[in-house]
Amino acid sequence: MNDQHIASAFDRDLESVQAQIMKMGGMIEDAIRMAAESLETRDEELAEKVRAGDKAIDDLENLINERAARIIALRAPTAIDLRLILSVIKISASLERIGDYAKNMAKRTGVLSQMQPVSDSAGSIRRMARTVEGMLKDALDAYIQRDAELAMDIINRDEDVDQMYNALFREFLTFMLEDPRNITACMHLHFIAKNTERMGDLVTSIAEQVVYLVTGQHPEEDRPKADKTSYVSKA
Amino acid sequence: MKDAVSWENDVTTNTVKIAARDVQVHYGDTHAIKDVNVDIEDKTVTAFIGPSGCGKSTFLRCINRMNDTIDVCRVTGDIRIDGEDIYDRKVDPVQLRAKVGMVFQKPNPFPKSIYDNVAYGPRIHGLARNKADLDDIVERALKRGAIWDEVKDRLQAPGTGLSGGQQQRLCIARAVATEPEVLLMDEPCSALDPIATAQVEELIDELRQNYSVVIVTHSMQQAARVSQRTAFFHLGNLVEFGDTDKIFTAPEDPRTESYITGRIG
Repeated sequence: MNDQHIASAFDRDLESVQAQIMKMGGMIEDAIRMAAESLETRDEELAEKVRAGDKAIDDLENLINERAARIIALRAPTAIDLRLILSVIKISASLERIGDYAKNMAKRTGVLSQMQPVSDSAGSIRRMARTVEGMLKDALDAYIQRDAELAMDIINRDEDVDQMYNALFREFLTFMLEDPRNITACMHLHFIAKNTERMGDLVTSIAEQVVYLVTGQHPEEDRPKADKTSYVSKA
Repeated sequence: MKDAVSWENDVTTNTVKIAARDVQVHYGDTHAIKDVNVDIEDKTVTAFIGPSGCGKSTFLRCINRMNDTIDVCRVTGDIRIDGEDIYDRKVDPVQLRAKVGMVFQKPNPFPKSIYDNVAYGPRIHGLARNKADLDDIVERALKRGAIWDEVKDRLQAPGTGLSGGQQQRLCIARAVATEPEVLLMDEPCSALDPIATAQVEELIDELRQNYSVVIVTHSMQQAARVSQRTAFFHLGNLVEFGDTDKIFTAPEDPRTESYITGRIG
């Protein structure tokens, strides 16, 4: 297939909206990294930076959606172009949600830095966040390179994040049972861990969009899910 | 998509109405249609799309033997409607064209009254026993053409005095007056404004209840809107044929993709 449209403005519009997605992706990677770092290093200034940065992410999402709507209205995209626009809209929504979770992590950092650290759980969360950040980076690479194979690999990697969350869930439960004074911190930490696990799911949905974009098929539904905490009844 | 819910306007029948096998068309030295094989379903709108000169209109005109009228045109292969070979010596092309109606790009009403435009076909094919019978046929055809309400009070007015969109619906009424089984439409909306186009498209969707409709269109959006099945022709080849929603969301052949997305192909 030829890469170029007869109407070159159409190509420019599509390139521009994808460039915005990549820009937004970069902002989200930074937000995840900084939020997790601020949590571990108890850096309130850095956390504040993440919280303040969320507005720019939301604005960019709105801009992307407006651009996408304009392309649909003017160009009536079909086939690969249609899938591209659909993916742009869905990926920007997923990125925005990940940004919200990063912001929420940064908010809780403010509270947690006033409390006694609970073991090395902040370090564990940071490792988990790093995994998610790596997945996101690869998902964006897969997107821009139209690499469905890499996207499938990312989908499978979400299992690692789920397992890290499982371990943290049990850890927090144990800490809370051991000493009720841990409860407040553990509740916050658990929300952070859960939100980070959700970030992994959202990155997975971005990877699924890449598969759909490239192949026209949605990936099989029965991907590995290792988050078994819904069934845990005791520590 | 796996286990997709079926859409209301999805294909509801799989009965093959028109079966084409190894169809080749030559115009003198030009090989216009190359080995086309296709099954066109009954009570379904099938769209033929492709760039100018790809052979889609030529192939459409094979289905009611309109190409017979062109001396240098040679059609080989096998085209069957309900299993009957339409190129058989026993088949009278005039009878065939009553069964396979056609609507053209430019509305072409006869220079006669609205009534006579529609009554012409039924008269020469002897479909009416008397005047009342003919009146009924005309009314039914005009209703099916979705133009009855606009012309019922002036049936004796000349057909050429109607607006372009009305003329085209009159032509559709004329085509359905002989109770055809297949309706061929060669860019029926290209000379119409958007409102008249929407009316004709609405009509095509209704006609699908009774006919097998085959439409050639240059408007990709129109093909996507009105058809359940789409065939993409390129350089005389039938490149891809499939469900319209599949062709427009995830076509299989890169040439189809290039064409429908407006890339140089």
